Amino acid sequence: MSDLPFLLLMIAVPAVGAAVVAGLPKGRDLLAKQISLGVSLVVLLLAVLATVAFDVGGDRFQLATSVTWIADFGVSFALGVDGIALVMLLLVGVLVPVVIGASWDDTPPQDRSMKAYFAWLLLLEAMMVGVFAATDVFLFYVFFEAMLVPMYFIIGSFGGPRRQYAAVKFFLYSLVGGLIMLAAVIGLYVVSNSQLGEGTFAFDALRQLEITPGVQKLLFLGFFVAFAIMAPLVPFHTWLPDSGSEAPIGGAVLLVGILDKVGTFGFLRYCLPLFPDASRYFAPYVLVLAVAGILYAALLAMGQSDMKRLVSYTSISHFGFIALGIFAFTTEAGTGAVLYMVNHGIATGLLFLVVGMLIARGGSRSIGDYGGVAAKAPLLAGFFLLAGLASLALPGTNSFVSEFLVLIGSFPSRPVFTIIATVGIILAALYILLMYQRTMHGPPRGGLMSEPREPVTGGHGATAVATAPSRTLRVTDLSRRELAVVTPLAALIIVLGVYPQPLLDLIEPSVQATMSDVGATGGTDR
Amino acid sequence: MDISPADGLLAASWLLIALPLAGAAVLLLGGRRTDRWGHLLGTATVVAAFVLALLCTLQLAGLEEGRRSAGVDLFTFISSGDLDVRAGLLFDPLSATFALLITGVGSLIHIYSIGYMAHDPGRRRFFAYLNLFVAAMLLLVLGNNFVALYVGWEGVGLASYLLIAFWYTRPAAATAAKKAFIMNRVGDVGLALAIFLLFAQLGTTSYAGVFGEVGTLAGGTVTAIGLLLLLGACGKSGQFPLQAWLPDAMEGPTPVSALIHAATMVTAGVYLIARSAPIYDQTETARTVVLAVGALTLLIGAIAGCAYDDIKKVLAYSTVSQIGYMFLAVGLGPAGYVAALAHLLAHGFFKAGLFLGAGSVMHAMNDSVDMRRFGGLWRKLPVTFGTFGLGYLALIGFPFLSGYWTKDAIVEATFDRGDWFGYALGGVAILAAGLTAFYMTRLMLMTFFGRPRWEEGVHPHEAPATMTVPMIVLAVGSVFSGALLVSVFPLSGWLEPVFGEPEEAEHVIAPLTIGAALFVVMLLGVAAAWVFVGRREVPLTAPVRVSPITRAARNALYADTVNESLFMRPGQWLTRALVFFDNRGVDGAVNGMAAALGGSSSRLGRAQTGFVRTYALGMLGGAVLVAGALLAVTAG
Repeated sequence: MSDLPFLLLMIAVPAVGAAVVAGLPKGRDLLAKQISLGVSLVVLLLAVLATVAFDVGGDRFQLATSVTWIADFGVSFALGVDGIALVMLLLVGVLVPVVIGASWDDTPPQDRSMKAYFAWLLLLEAMMVGVFAATDVFLFYVFFEAMLVPMYFIIGSFGGPRRQYAAVKFFLYSLVGGLIMLAAVIGLYVVSNSQLGEGTFAFDALRQLEITPGVQKLLFLGFFVAFAIMAPLVPFHTWLPDSGSEAPIGGAVLLVGILDKVGTFGFLRYCLPLFPDASRYFAPYVLVLAVAGILYAALLAMGQSDMKRLVSYTSISHFGFIALGIFAFTTEAGTGAVLYMVNHGIATGLLFLVVGMLIARGGSRSIGDYGGVAAKAPLLAGFFLLAGLASLALPGTNSFVSEFLVLIGSFPSRPVFTIIATVGIILAALYILLMYQRTMHGPPRGGLMSEPREPVTGGHGATAVATAPSRTLRVTDLSRRELAVVTPLAALIIVLGVYPQPLLDLIEPSVQATMSDVGATGGTDR
Repeated sequence: MDISPADGLLAASWLLIALPLAGAAVLLLGGRRTDRWGHLLGTATVVAAFVLALLCTLQLAGLEEGRRSAGVDLFTFISSGDLDVRAGLLFDPLSATFALLITGVGSLIHIYSIGYMAHDPGRRRFFAYLNLFVAAMLLLVLGNNFVALYVGWEGVGLASYLLIAFWYTRPAAATAAKKAFIMNRVGDVGLALAIFLLFAQLGTTSYAGVFGEVGTLAGGTVTAIGLLLLLGACGKSGQFPLQAWLPDAMEGPTPVSALIHAATMVTAGVYLIARSAPIYDQTETARTVVLAVGALTLLIGAIAGCAYDDIKKVLAYSTVSQIGYMFLAVGLGPAGYVAALAHLLAHGFFKAGLFLGAGSVMHAMNDSVDMRRFGGLWRKLPVTFGTFGLGYLALIGFPFLSGYWTKDAIVEATFDRGDWFGYALGGVAILAAGLTAFYMTRLMLMTFFGRPRWEEGVHPHEAPATMTVPMIVLAVGSVFSGALLVSVFPLSGWLEPVFGEPEEAEHVIAPLTIGAALFVVMLLGVAAAWVFVGRREVPLTAPVRVSPITRAARNALYADTVNESLFMRPGQWLTRALVFFDNRGVDGAVNGMAAALGGSSSRLGRAQTGFVRTYALGMLGGAVLVAGALLAVTAG
């Protein structure tokens, strides 16, 4: 059982699934959905089995598969996971079926088919698994670029009114980052060639290189810029509010929940171990970006009237916490940062889903068009509140554990940055509760304040409303399908909030290894 | 601090938290199926917790004094690197005292709420939140480390938020709830930073670890920790400068005001400081700040209490003021801890009773809170009047009722400092006692005496037994708890394992003199209220042409104005500016750059038409680049 090539299967199954779904005859949308859901559940099962097979005290990279790909250049199709990659795969496994369930009743824009949407989702899943599981830097780069394609189509074909602008912006940013990274990848190869006599892209071999500080700095920046765009750190962030708000809800969940984490994952996997001197050199500058981003994006979130943009900005603020945890160079903060990556996917995923369900009802993304929803849809309000509380890291929810670990772990090595970051928890309470109050509290409203400004406003979920324009806010409570979609995430928020230790046990050894790569002692500096 | 593993019932003290938590879970997850019996289940879990707390306390009392610290280790909460946070409980005399207060008053208020909320469509939700509160509050006082305390601390904040906003369709309630949460979060930042500092310095967050090693820390560090903890305490307990949320919190249903915003949650700050006594014992500076905060707040609360016509707001400012007394006492250090806790317990009885009485009055007056439209109610609501009256006498420190004993002890201990600061603080405390007598007498006169000024259609009637019985029980507590705690079964003996042996204080002023001064001031306050309020007809609307002092008091000394002009408006301005900057500045620069690269800005908009091709070309170009570079490297 444990000999199964789990990682290969987790890429192959959704990739094949995508092809099958795409090849279905027209009009078989239901079958397409069923196949997609089935495939994504198989991937979830594989992720769980892989976790069971993973030996926490064992080698750094496990479940490895490696096939020589381009022998002349030392490129292999090499897969393997450490604890960090493994928890990200679990997150992929959980979120994709949820997203498929959430998109079940969506209606596509004209001349697009839901079949295509689900095929893109599955292809995206395959690419995301690949990007976390690759242990060959070139392979990583290929997956990194390839995952942009399905996301581009998900945003550009199935998004809101400004979807094409958003998709192009997303693409250009990521592409520019990717090209800069490509240069650095080639640079690494050059260095390995001169040091080892034979070029390689294998992560483990590259980690052994002795790179001169000057070259390290250049290569670090090459990777860093690509990841800082992906994760978005301020000031590389302006693509995310557009993409996050224009993407269909399912796409937004995967974009913010997983795709963006490739950036922070990249910091940990590539920047720190491969360029330890440069990482230490640049750490203060990165921390400035991280902490400034926490406050800046939180203030911006407070100023948004569009709910999806608001949630996007909260994510940028949260990514600041993750970056702080990574570049504080302590085991506690780093472990917290990885847990944060998982928890943020769950909490913000739920928040996006619930916001999407609200938008599907009201036909508007604007906060001002809602009010008193709790009176009509108490379940929706309850899940909204739970997701919001997780977003503001209330104890008892999963996010508290990760945010607390990041802050308490960063404080001993970086007290000033941590103190400033801690102020962010007040702002988080403000942006969440302001949005919650304006939409859910107050007297129940019979109609929207204003006409929806655009005929199509909330991704394809809202097009049903758009075809029959109406001033009535027909707020019904969550349907059974919607309940089935949000309940697993809500349960994870609570369970991981009360008993996070199993995940921490999975993450910590890999973070410790990373921190010793970068020469941090780990632990406090007492 | 020696903690021995708990055995017997004490080992099951986690059930104290689990019972109400399970109640909340059943009511929230069970949905409408639990509508019919949910409130009974909710009440039963808290009553069961009270019985368990009582039995646990008895078992604890049966142990020899040195062993009255029972620890329960449950599971690893967060462990990474050097950080090891256990989910663990500590049942010692201090936490036992709070557990009894929380579950005892909690039980009474649950019972009262059965009547009070009988006709509310959200009754089940109400009891669920109330149960959630009790569970979180018990975690706060029973946790054996600062992180568990923090979890409970924010947990009660959530329960408070949910309950203030219980009638969320009222915008005022929704806004008050948000305000409470945000201002509490400001305090929570202080508490969080204190915990970070403790971990960075001592590598632990457990009480045993911290209190055992706090003596090794540098003075400045301990002071910083003390001040950060104080910031947290001020947020939760509505103390200066974070007091403005508490009066607004009266938007919640009255049982909530009684339980959360009078008897228990708002005293959490006092618990935090008392629990952290080993830290404050090391830092004179931090204690001095605690004293100043307490004295300032007790005066602010008493002044504002004189000016409001809303019966619940008066009681709320009274709470702010009375907790100020408790802060004053804990700020005195070892001389004041016991006095603070005695006052806290007595206050728990009489203030909860007063709020329940206010609820009964509102119940009778169609939910009005305007005292100008009350009057003459003693005849219609005899039980409410009787119990409320006893609570009133206890609060103003009428001889031999509970407030008399406990407030006296605080004022005495303050003077016993012996320096000018002690005299000044003691003077403030005596002055505020007079104000207390004034505003409470004013409240009594406007509500129960005089000619009825009721609005049309109001037909006052006494509350049902589920409401009056808890009021009677609390009134009995208001009368006797002070004497019991101070002289019959002294709290100082019970808490000795926590705070050490009480020192026999050197009295700089004879206790009799202080008692006499307090009595005289109280009489003056009552008389003043009679002169200004009781003698005349109460106007139906508040007089507009009043002195600047009255106007300041009506605005609670402009706390909201300061907050708004110092934080809220600049914050809104900053947010707007940043949104503009981000859209035009950061994004504009990037779009402009893209436009410059692409030739014209409309190119970006049109680019998507041929975008896939462009991308494919880009990929191809990249691949060629890679291949070329690799060839060059391998060839060279």
